[in-house]
Amino acid sequence: MSTDPNNLESLVNRRYEHGFVTDIEADSLPPGLDEGIVRAISAIKKEPEFMLEWRLKAYRHWLTMQEPEWAHVHYPQINYQDISYFSAPKSDSDRPKSLDEVDPKLLETYDKLGIPLHERARLAGVAVDAVFDSVSVATTFKEKLNDAGVIFCPFSEAVIKHPELIKKYLGSVVPHRDNFFAALNSAVFSDGSFVYIPKGVRCPMELSTYFRINAANTGQFERTLIIADEGSYVSYLEGCTAPMRDENQLHAAVVELVAMKDAEIKYSTVQNWYPGDEDGKGGIYNFVTKRGDCRGDNSKISWTQVETGSAITWKYPSCILRGENSVGEFYSVAVTNNMQQADTGTKMIHIGKNSSSTIVSKGISAGRAQQSYRGLVRVMPQAQGARNHTQCDSLLIGKECGAHTFPYMEVKNPSAKVEHEATTSRISENQLFYCRQRGISEEDAVNMIVNGFCKEVFKELPMEFAVEAQALLNVSLEGAVG
Amino acid sequence: MLEVKNLKASIGGKEILTGLNLSVKAGEVHAIMGPNGSGKSTLAQVIAGHADYEVTSGAVEFLGKDLLDLDPEERAREGIFLGFQYPVEIPGVNNAYLLKAAVNAKRKHHGMDEIDAFEFLKLAREKMTMLGMDPVFLNRGVNEGFSGGEKKRNEILQMAMLEPSLAILDETDSGLDIDALKAVANGVNSLRDPERAIVLVTHYQRLLDYIEPDYVHVLSGGQIIRSGDKSLALELEDRGYEWVVEAASA
Ligand SMILES: Nc1ncnc2c1ncn2[C@@H]1O[C@H](COP(=O)(O)OP(=O)(O)OP(=O)(O)O)[C@@H](O)[C@H]1O
Ligand SMILES: [Mg+2]
Repeated sequence: MSTDPNNLESLVNRRYEHGFVTDIEADSLPPGLDEGIVRAISAIKKEPEFMLEWRLKAYRHWLTMQEPEWAHVHYPQINYQDISYFSAPKSDSDRPKSLDEVDPKLLETYDKLGIPLHERARLAGVAVDAVFDSVSVATTFKEKLNDAGVIFCPFSEAVIKHPELIKKYLGSVVPHRDNFFAALNSAVFSDGSFVYIPKGVRCPMELSTYFRINAANTGQFERTLIIADEGSYVSYLEGCTAPMRDENQLHAAVVELVAMKDAEIKYSTVQNWYPGDEDGKGGIYNFVTKRGDCRGDNSKISWTQVETGSAITWKYPSCILRGENSVGEFYSVAVTNNMQQADTGTKMIHIGKNSSSTIVSKGISAGRAQQSYRGLVRVMPQAQGARNHTQCDSLLIGKECGAHTFPYMEVKNPSAKVEHEATTSRISENQLFYCRQRGISEEDAVNMIVNGFCKEVFKELPMEFAVEAQALLNVSLEGAVG
Repeated sequence: MLEVKNLKASIGGKEILTGLNLSVKAGEVHAIMGPNGSGKSTLAQVIAGHADYEVTSGAVEFLGKDLLDLDPEERAREGIFLGFQYPVEIPGVNNAYLLKAAVNAKRKHHGMDEIDAFEFLKLAREKMTMLGMDPVFLNRGVNEGFSGGEKKRNEILQMAMLEPSLAILDETDSGLDIDALKAVANGVNSLRDPERAIVLVTHYQRLLDYIEPDYVHVLSGGQIIRSGDKSLALELEDRGYEWVVEAASA
């Protein structure tokens, strides 16, 4: 993450620079939300006027909106005036000095996940100068991207360096009025990633948040915008398998993808937010709006995600298939254990002729977890020849968990072909006994069955990520049986 | 090798094995026959360690160890193999993957390195040829959509790969066509060895034409009520079970 010493320095120094914002403590804003706070965030980030206006418009609209209620997700009322909407990264003096000061349990998990030693320190938030950080790797990486003309930088940097692109594309996929959490994010987002792939360029490497300089502290209200111009290609990896803790319970990110003519975006997520303890206490609420716009003909957007964390997940990565022959894909593995609740799924909106979409959703519930899949396939009248195939499978481990499937189909063009298949299965005692009789331990047997269940999705992930995802699943389901 | 002494076991509160004795020595082949519902599969499952069965008294010793003390996977690694009467399907789990995991679990238990991927495939293909199985079965889900006979062959494939000290085959012959029966018998016979023992649970003499047993037992009402040599099986085929049951209760 924070590999560039210059950037770090500017981060650290930032809190001394804000004398011009009166009555505001520079490293964190007081709890509460009003226009003043929105203005303060914008000022702290030294944003141009247009950005502030944009935030304010979103904020004013947010005031008129109601927090949504969902039938299958329950959580205590969130008081939006209790939240602090900006805080600078922890100073080094507040962080652990070395791995010796880090919670041994966390380290144990890193070990199980096979996270490299030098990575562990970074993930555990050890003060950066104490971390072995491969500055050179990041630098070579940046040079390569530069040569290809790819822009990959923190969102806040893009606002200043590439305002024309931001003006043109920000909010063009997820407008601030889209939903309650998107509006909130638009008003107060802290930072995130910006990617622009120029015409005809195949991004020379997988872009990973790992290499994003200055990614610290963008957690709570993250904003990501990826634009693949005509004929370009990019694969983007988000998140990591290490358990992420955060004092901020509410997370409301927005991700916007734009694929122009003949362009392709592959967006992979492995997310492992802290799910809370066995009773769900202290876990993250994750309300995310992710949407891709296949704006040009023959464009393609794939979402692949492996989600194991969060106390509550509400998330619908979606595709708007505007271009003719455009393709939308959604591959998902969601694991819920203990008291976790997940309401996830996707939306495929077919507008372009012969647009096609594929949905493969694999839900795994264990413990007392509840999981809902909600999928919308909408075929607009002009989407002649549109096709969708949806495969939605649930795997239950134990007797107290549940899975619910809600497929919605709105087909307004008679030539469209929309198919939906759903299955629910439970890992049976007899399957486990069979494996054990062959010498395989119960835990390994569960992992084997779960991985078998998910393999259609895993094979969509970049190789390395797939291996990590598999390990993550195994760790997440530890002790789920027996 | 296997000593079952006065074994009583129940399921769902119902006593199925009512004081069963059986002694199997290395190098021997035993056939267990008996009416439906008499407890043959129960005996096999109890030896393998299925948690649904409660052992209420008696003892089972295997190679000098108290078997009832071990988890099912430990029993397997120690060399007990059960060919199931109804092999379960595990969709999505690759057949080769399970097979390899099983082989490696056993090797690890015995302090050996994991099997080399090439060597594994070579070995698996060899065994499949012997059993007349198409190698494509390696890449299917475990028993997923297999026909009855294919499932049974798959059990024998696993047995052949694992080379158990004691193989208990629960009606592996039922549902097999003639060729499959020969192939399965082939597989079993190739495992015969002075160090190993085989227990066949079967209803038919047919299998015993191909695999000659040293002993034949009749299990009825949860006990072994008669034991003899291979001629007993022929007699049973001829006369049914009634006379044995009557003689036992007389
Ligand atoms: N869960 C259960 N609850 C009660 N009785 C059971 C249960 N499971 C099995 N049984 C009974 O145990 C008895 C023995 O069954 P077992 O499967 O051992 O017979 P078997 O000798 O293998 O018969 P077959 O030749 O038909 O395979 C049967 O009467 C069966 O109905
Ligand atoms: Mg039986």
